[in-house]
Amino acid sequence: MLSVTNLAVRFQTRRGPVDALKGVSLDVASGEILGVVGESGSGKSVTAYSIMRLLEAGGQVTDGTVRYGGVDLSDPTETQMGNIRGREISMIFQNPRAALNPIRRVGDQIGDVLRRHARATRTTARAEAIRALEAVRIRDAAARVDAYPFELSGGMCQRVVIALALACDPKLLIMDEPTTGLDITTQKAVMDLVADLIRDRGMSAILITHDLGLASGYCDRIMVMRDGEVVERGTPLSLFTTPDHPYTRRLIDATPRLGAQIRELLPVEARTPLPERRVEDEPLLEVRNLVKTFPSRSGPVHAVRDVSFTINKGQTLGLVGESGCGKSTTSSMVVRLLDPTSGQIIFRGEDLAATPASRFARDPRRARIQMVFQDATNSLNPRHTSRQSIAEPLRRLGDGASDERIAELADLVGLPLPLLDRFPHQLSGGQKARVGIARAIALDPDLLILDEPTAALDVSSQAVVLNLLIDLQARLGISYLFVSHDLNVVRLLCDQVIVMQGGSIVEQGPAEQVMRNPATDYTRTLVAAAPQPPALQQEEQGL
Amino acid sequence: MSPRLKGILFRMAQAIPVVIGVVIIGFVLTRALPGDPAVYFAGAAADAASIAEIRKTLGLDLPLPQQFLIYVGDLLSGDFGESISTGQPVIADLASRLPASLELTLVALLLSCAIAIPLGVMAATRPGSLIDHACRVLVTAGVSLPTFFTGVVLIYLFYYLLGIAPSPLGRLDFIYIEPDRITGFYLIDSALAGDGETFLAALRQLVLPAITLALFTLAPIARMTRAAMLGALSADFVRTARAAGLTGRTVRYTYAFRNALLPVVTTLGMVFSFTLGANVLVEKVFAWPGIGTYAVEALVVSDYAAVQGFVLAMAFLFVALNLVIDVTYTLIDPRIGFEAS
Repeated sequence: MLSVTNLAVRFQTRRGPVDALKGVSLDVASGEILGVVGESGSGKSVTAYSIMRLLEAGGQVTDGTVRYGGVDLSDPTETQMGNIRGREISMIFQNPRAALNPIRRVGDQIGDVLRRHARATRTTARAEAIRALEAVRIRDAAARVDAYPFELSGGMCQRVVIALALACDPKLLIMDEPTTGLDITTQKAVMDLVADLIRDRGMSAILITHDLGLASGYCDRIMVMRDGEVVERGTPLSLFTTPDHPYTRRLIDATPRLGAQIRELLPVEARTPLPERRVEDEPLLEVRNLVKTFPSRSGPVHAVRDVSFTINKGQTLGLVGESGCGKSTTSSMVVRLLDPTSGQIIFRGEDLAATPASRFARDPRRARIQMVFQDATNSLNPRHTSRQSIAEPLRRLGDGASDERIAELADLVGLPLPLLDRFPHQLSGGQKARVGIARAIALDPDLLILDEPTAALDVSSQAVVLNLLIDLQARLGISYLFVSHDLNVVRLLCDQVIVMQGGSIVEQGPAEQVMRNPATDYTRTLVAAAPQPPALQQEEQGL
Repeated sequence: MSPRLKGILFRMAQAIPVVIGVVIIGFVLTRALPGDPAVYFAGAAADAASIAEIRKTLGLDLPLPQQFLIYVGDLLSGDFGESISTGQPVIADLASRLPASLELTLVALLLSCAIAIPLGVMAATRPGSLIDHACRVLVTAGVSLPTFFTGVVLIYLFYYLLGIAPSPLGRLDFIYIEPDRITGFYLIDSALAGDGETFLAALRQLVLPAITLALFTLAPIARMTRAAMLGALSADFVRTARAAGLTGRTVRYTYAFRNALLPVVTTLGMVFSFTLGANVLVEKVFAWPGIGTYAVEALVVSDYAAVQGFVLAMAFLFVALNLVIDVTYTLIDPRIGFEAS
C-alpha cells in the first residue's frame, strides 16, 4: 500500500548540511503494522515526517520515491498533500497534550478536521466529533467534547489525538512514539486501543518507537534504524532470537527485560564482573507515618497517606507507581524540598522533618542527602560548564572545589576530562546524566534520591547509566531511593521495592519477589503492562 | 456572584494599595522638586511680603504632614485642587485634556495594530522572504526616527508642500465648533451628534499626529507578533493540525494566531502605557491640547495640584488598563482562570 524507495533527507544547519536519511526503503502492506525502531538521531521520525511532507524548515527530501496506493507522492503539491493527510494517511504524536491546540475545545479541533475533509458540516460537526470520541472509547463523550486539553489527563489527550487522526477513516496510521510520557498502564491501554481500531478498520500502521519490547508486542514486522539507515528487518521473533546485525544485538541486550541481570544490558565486551556490594543491617533512613495533604479549592488533597519504610546502609529501595500515586511527593519530602503534614523522617537517628524545608538548604545535613533529577538537560544550568555544575555543591556546602576533586568525580562517573569544559548543549544525553550524577555524589552523600534518572535516555545510554549507578554504590556504599514507573528497570537495580497507589503503599517486599509473585491486583496490572520481548513471552508461557 | 465577576472585583480591590502609594509618592515628589510656586505665582515684581502672603493663601506655610492631610481630605471629597497656572480646577483640566490624549493614542494604536499585526503574521509565515525583510526595514525605520522629527517631516510634506493636511494646530480647525461634550472624544461626540462635517474635520486633524505615533509603535507590536507567530507555527499542535490535513487559513488563524495573541496583547498594554505618557513630543509638534503637555508645563512651574492630579489620573488609567488586559487574557486563553487565588 505504501512503498518508499531510497528516501534521502538533508537538513541545512548552521554547521553545514546533515544527511538525516541516507536511502531508506520500506513497504507497508494492507492490514500490516510495521515497527520502526531506533535510538534518538537514527532518523526514524524524519522518515515519517518526510512521508507526510511535514519536515521542518531546513529539511529537504533530496532523493527517493514515495508511492501510496499506486499514486506517486515523491513531489506532491501542498494541496495534494492536504487532501491525503488525515483522509488517507494520519499521524499521532508523542506528548499528546502539546499535540492539541491548548485554547480550542477538543470537539472543535476534531470538527475542523471533519469539515476539512467534507465529513461534516458546521451543523453536524459536533455530533460527528462525539462519535469520533466514542470510537476511541472515551466515556461520556458528549461532555468531553467541550473540554479543553488542559482539563484532560495525558492518556485521555492521546485518545483525543487518536480520535482526531482516525476521524476521517484513513487507511494508514503513522504513530510517532505514541506512548512516550504516559504511564505504563496507560501505555498499554492506549496501544491496545489503537491495535484494536487498526484491526477492526482493516488499516495499516507504522509504529515508530525506541522501545523494542513495545514494537515487538504490536508489530508484524520490525525494521531497525541507525544513523539514517536501515540496519536490519525481520519479524519480532526472528529479530529477538537471531539478530544479524551487531547493533540490533546491542539494542536487544540493552532493553531491560525479565530474567536479565544488570550487566547483561551492556555489550558483551563491557560486561565486567559485578562488584561486591555490602548492604548493612543498620537502617540509614526510617520514614514513619509520613502524611502530606495539599489544600485546594475543592477540599484537601491527600497526596501521601501514612507511608512508612526503611532504607538500610548501602541498600536500594525502589518506589514505583503511576503518576499521581504520591511517589514524587514522598521523595520530595525525603530529600527535604517539601515539608510533610505529619510524620517523621529519621536519618541517622535524627528527625529531619523537625527542620523546615526552607531552612534545610543551609543545614549541614543537606550534604548527606542529594538528588539526581529526571531531566538531565533541564536540571543543569545551560550557562554552566560541566565543571561549574559539579563544583557548585563543593563550593556551597563542601571545602571548596579543587580541580583534583572535580577530576576525581569525573573519573568516578566515567566522564572524559575534556568534556568538563563543555556546556550542556554540547553533551549527549548520557553525558549530561553523568554530570548530574557527579554533582549529586560530589559531597559523598549517604543517600541519593534518583528520580527516574534514565527516563529521558536511549536504552543503550540507560544501560550504561544503570551500571554506573550500581558500581558507584559498591564503591561508595551509598543508599539509593530509586523512583520510577518502569518496573523492568526497578527490578534490575533495587533490593527492596514499594508499590504506591493513591498516596498509600499497597505492597512492599524484596524486588524480585514483588515482580515475580505480586500479592495485589494493582501490582499484577503494573507488571503485566510492562512490554516484554516475544522470545521471553514464550519462555514465560513454557515455564 | 459569578466567579469571573468576583475575580474582577478582587482585581480592582488589589488596586487600592497602588493608588494609596501613588497619592503618597506623588505628594512627596512634587514637594521635593526644586522651585517655589508662590514665587512663580507672585510674578517677577513681587517682594518678600507678597510672596509670603501668597504662600499663606496657598497653604504652603503649613508643615508638610498637615498639608498632606488637607490634600487627602480634599481628594476624598473629590476635590483635586486648583491649578495655579491655568486657574481652573485640576479636575476640569484633566477632563478636557485626558480625552484629547486618549483619542490620539487610541487612534494611533489602532492604526499601528492594523499595520503591524498583519505585517508580523506575514513575516512569520514566510520567514526570510521579501516581505519579512520589508517588515524589518519599516519597523526599524519607524522606531529609529524620533517622533518630533517624523511629525515635522509629515507636516512639511502634507501641509506645507502638498497642502492636503490641515494646519497642525490642535484638535479642530478654528472654523468648526467643538461638538457637544459627551465623552470628550471629538470623533465619538461628533458622530453621536450626527455632525459629519465636524467628524471629518476632527479626523483630518488627527491623521498626521496619529501616523507619527503609529510609526513609532509599529516596531514592538510587529516584532512581538512575528516572534509569537513563529513560536506558534512551530508548535506541536500546528504539526498535528497539518498532519490531519488542515491547511492555509485554518492553521494560520484558528490554530497559530489565536495562540500567538497572548504575548501580543501583553505588548500592546505596555506600548499603550508608554505612549500615553511619552507622546508629549507629538503633542508639542501638533499643538495638541493633551495631558502630556499639560503635565510638563505644570511641572516646570511647580504647579503642585496639577502634577499630583496628572500622576493620579495616570495611575487610575494604568490600573484600568491592566484590568482590561487581564480580562482579555481570560477571553483568549481558557487555561487562565480569573478566580481569586
